[in-house]
Amino acid sequence: MGRSPRMLQNYVPILIFLGVATGIGLVLLALGFLFGSGQKDAEKLSPYECGFEPFEDSRMKFDVRYYLVAILFIIFDLEIAFLFPWAVSLDSIGGFGLIAMAIFLTLLVVGFIYEWKKGALEWD
Amino acid sequence: MAEFLQSLMAYWESFPADLRFVVIATMQILAVTICVILTVAFTTYFERKVIGSMQGRIGPNRVGPLGLLQPFADVIKLLIKEVVIPQKSNRFLFVIAPLLSIIPALATWAVIPLSDGFVIADINAGLLYVLALTSVGVYGVILAGWATNSKYAFLGAMRSAAQIVAYEIAMGFALVGVLMAAGSLNLGDITRAQAGGLSHWFILPLLPLFFVYFISGVAETNRAPFDVAEGESEIVAGFHVEYSGVAFAVFFLAEYANMVLISALTAIFFLGGWASPFEGWSFLGDDSLLRATSFFWLAAKISFFIFVFFWLRATFPRYRYDQIMRLGWKVFIPITIVWIAVEGVMAWLHVGPWARLAS
Repeated sequence: MGRSPRMLQNYVPILIFLGVATGIGLVLLALGFLFGSGQKDAEKLSPYECGFEPFEDSRMKFDVRYYLVAILFIIFDLEIAFLFPWAVSLDSIGGFGLIAMAIFLTLLVVGFIYEWKKGALEWD
Repeated sequence: MAEFLQSLMAYWESFPADLRFVVIATMQILAVTICVILTVAFTTYFERKVIGSMQGRIGPNRVGPLGLLQPFADVIKLLIKEVVIPQKSNRFLFVIAPLLSIIPALATWAVIPLSDGFVIADINAGLLYVLALTSVGVYGVILAGWATNSKYAFLGAMRSAAQIVAYEIAMGFALVGVLMAAGSLNLGDITRAQAGGLSHWFILPLLPLFFVYFISGVAETNRAPFDVAEGESEIVAGFHVEYSGVAFAVFFLAEYANMVLISALTAIFFLGGWASPFEGWSFLGDDSLLRATSFFWLAAKISFFIFVFFWLRATFPRYRYDQIMRLGWKVFIPITIVWIAVEGVMAWLHVGPWARLAS
């Protein structure tokens, strides 16, 4: 047991805070639905499209580049997740840790240059 | 009176320790949350005044002295406005989306050290928690845009998702640099690592990362000049085009709370948080108030960065979308990678302000 209950206790306020934040959001929305009254009709409830009748469902096809950005994000975010523990323990891993991370970063930079040259980062 | 207080104290002591802990934590949380919400309220007033005077206007001056009650008038107006849920929308997601924006914007304050010794949750993984929660914020925007089932909202959500995601990488890399210099994920320890006055703050050795972090923060909160997700002149209001009344107010609250949060985080990571800039000036005397660490310094730094947010908005025209993506991917990410490499090598060679790292 030793340390773990003490450590977990530090996280209790976070749980409470998440609850309080949810509560504030819910109360605000509830107040809005309580006080905000009005007549609803079909025109008011239709999606806004500059006064036109909406032509089609708006969940339409979108550019594949958005998808590409999402995939690249996952790769780089994982890279950052790897860098975090390394950065925190920098003073105890010395030159070996530095070189190991240099090799890892070099591999990723090569990949980054490749996708740059391939035009994955172009928006025109 | 004294007896009454004593008996009250005795009653309080009779509670189990765990319950007392929870009650105290809840009180602290409520106090911080109310302060954050009040800050947000006056931030909106501050924004209108600052931008007003930058454009040679007066700004709000009708409600209360100097217009100071304007934010409360706005809140009441938004509360009594009708909330319209469009017919073709996904009603559940439509209501959940503003909640998903506001919860992370408020709950991140749990790990922000407001002064030396006051932080609601003093956890080891504070910075990871901050990153995790700020990432959740993007769900609010995407879900709002998708659930609305309007083309403008959909376009705004797509733009904002790709933009936030791109700048989050630059932000993460900049934080790796901060971690290398501080050697801890705890925000209090990061602040303490910068003790000793202006010359010890991370802004000097990490100057490029500071700029990358703050500008990414502006992009992350969808503020001008990176506000293509809202872009009034092109896609009306982007992801919240169909939100009205209090549902809109919650998005608004979340956006401004995020701005204050980014300002606070920048102050903590690069400007020594609660530390005084004059800490190293021994000629001021040992007990000079100017040298003491206090919440006042953190508040001053936060206010300055909030001012910079408005300054940027009043100064720059909106970026084009391809320019935004180019800045994020092709400028910020290379800068941060290079700076992390520089920092690593410098620490290894015991050079410059990084020398203490490899001790």
